[in-house]
Amino acid sequence: MKFLPLIFANLFRKKLRTTLTIGSFAVALFLFGLLIVVRGAFNQGVDVAGADRLIVINKVSLIMPLPFSYRDRFQRIPGVKYVTYDTWFGGVYQEEKNFFPQFAIDPENQALVFPELAVPPDQWKTFLQDRTGAIAGAGTAKRFGWKVGDRIPIKASIFGNETWEFNLDGIYKGTQEGDDETQFWFHDKFLDERRTFSKGTVGWYTVKLNSPDDAVAAAKAIDGMTANSPDETKTETEKAFATGFVKQMGNIEFLILAIGSVVFFTLLLVTGNTMAISVRERIGELATLKAVGFADRFVLLMVLGESMLIALSGGLLGLVFCKLFTMGGDPTGGMLPYFHLSPGAMILGILVAMLVGLLAGILPAASAMRLRVVDALRRV
Amino acid sequence: MVKVDGSGGANSLIQARDLDKTFTRGGEVIDVLQGLNLDVAPGEFVAFMGPSGSGKSTLLNLLGGLDVPTRGRITVAGDEITHMSGGRLTEWRARHVGFIFQMYNLIPVLTAFQNVELPLLLTKLSKAERRSHVEATLSIVGLADRMHHYPRQLSGGQEQRVAIARAIVADPTFLLCDEPTGDLDRKSADEILDLLTRLSAEYNKTILMVTHDPAAAEHAKAVLHLNKGVLVEGKAIGAH
Repeated sequence: MKFLPLIFANLFRKKLRTTLTIGSFAVALFLFGLLIVVRGAFNQGVDVAGADRLIVINKVSLIMPLPFSYRDRFQRIPGVKYVTYDTWFGGVYQEEKNFFPQFAIDPENQALVFPELAVPPDQWKTFLQDRTGAIAGAGTAKRFGWKVGDRIPIKASIFGNETWEFNLDGIYKGTQEGDDETQFWFHDKFLDERRTFSKGTVGWYTVKLNSPDDAVAAAKAIDGMTANSPDETKTETEKAFATGFVKQMGNIEFLILAIGSVVFFTLLLVTGNTMAISVRERIGELATLKAVGFADRFVLLMVLGESMLIALSGGLLGLVFCKLFTMGGDPTGGMLPYFHLSPGAMILGILVAMLVGLLAGILPAASAMRLRVVDALRRV
Repeated sequence: MVKVDGSGGANSLIQARDLDKTFTRGGEVIDVLQGLNLDVAPGEFVAFMGPSGSGKSTLLNLLGGLDVPTRGRITVAGDEITHMSGGRLTEWRARHVGFIFQMYNLIPVLTAFQNVELPLLLTKLSKAERRSHVEATLSIVGLADRMHHYPRQLSGGQEQRVAIARAIVADPTFLLCDEPTGDLDRKSADEILDLLTRLSAEYNKTILMVTHDPAAAEHAKAVLHLNKGVLVEGKAIGAH
């Protein structure tokens, strides 16, 4: 502790340079935080996917429907506990930019298959009795200022182009971190009544299993059952489905890794250069410290300490700004509903910043440590 | 007592025997010190004079444990420093040597107080004890009212006095001064030399000083000339 004033004094000898270096760290860590947030947003479905749920889609494509009659057949397969289904509605609320997913659902088994998305019982009861009723996620309701009892007009885009009106009977909330609270549900029967094509079909099935151990056998049985039929299925775990869905948007992981690597490599060079200049400028002072009796190891740790302090300050600053930015919620208007910088990601960011600070300081610190007092004093 | 013929006895504080120091520069071997002997008793104030390149600073570096001789041995207060490892030598310097440089070598981002406190950071003294030592030392050099000034806010003479305070604050065994007045005007130089003389006379500090300036050397009790790698006596030793 008694050496801290020396380290701080060294840091602020060139205020502009230190500020700019701290600023570089802050910008880099802000970006790092944002990349983690975006990655998390894309992978949110993967992270919260139930291990005991299977997604059954049409083997040809996700957008091809499956017959409603499959539900009862799937229900009879060993290991299957409940079966529910959804159909993508793809409507527009007021404007195109107000995106949120709307599903026609199976009210009978929805709550059994997705128990983590909780609706107050009285609201759920109202919904069951209301043919044009709907349930909205808390996030979407908050975003548009909806209250239970509101009338919600949604303009169809797949099933004609008329405006469908729904009664908002309830609002669901996720019960675990990362649950999607942006969905909008309404009765599949209502959809089936009004649509002019593909009647008697659903978008995909979600199968709840007795145990995750049944996943392989049940998936095989489902696909075997539909094999050689006009509507063959492709069954995979919810996690695999979510992963595949993310991959359709490109290799997000690679993109994030590539951008992050370039940013941190550049940061490493910038900070390394700053520290090297800083050491070169005060060779005489370092030699004096050694002459006075400060050990080589102390000089090494002092320079590393300076480098890591810059990294820590800049890193913290960048991550705090990132946290503040993400607290404003999804900036894309619904594309990234889970837009959140977790404490774990912040700790990771600090560790990464410290690592860069350490790496950037190693060479200058080692050269300061190896400095021969006699040679250095001769240069002064 | 200062001797250069190797006849000094066990009461020498600093004893150098048969010191050789050679440098190789551009393939050429340069003998800077050749078989040098020196004995300095406690409390002596010795000035080393000689032309540029005669090896004065090299000798000071060897005696201060900043460099090692090619041959020979140096003993200070019973410790032979010639064969100490780098780490031990650093610890030894912290305990026994106070350095005063021509260019003061203060840390510009630290105040006078913090500069003087530096050697004490290596001790186990408490913060309060360090403060009291630093304040007392700055009073000795006449800078008690400048302790919170940065080096850039001080004159050259004041900076050198801060450097002297830094050199004596941990009460080292001896002081090594390398051209302490070389960067000062006459008036400031005289003030510094008076201070060194006072440290020697009142506080019985052992001081070894390299200088080009005969006026500065006049303040020493003994003056030695370095010529062709060996020391010869100048002013009558003990005549001051």
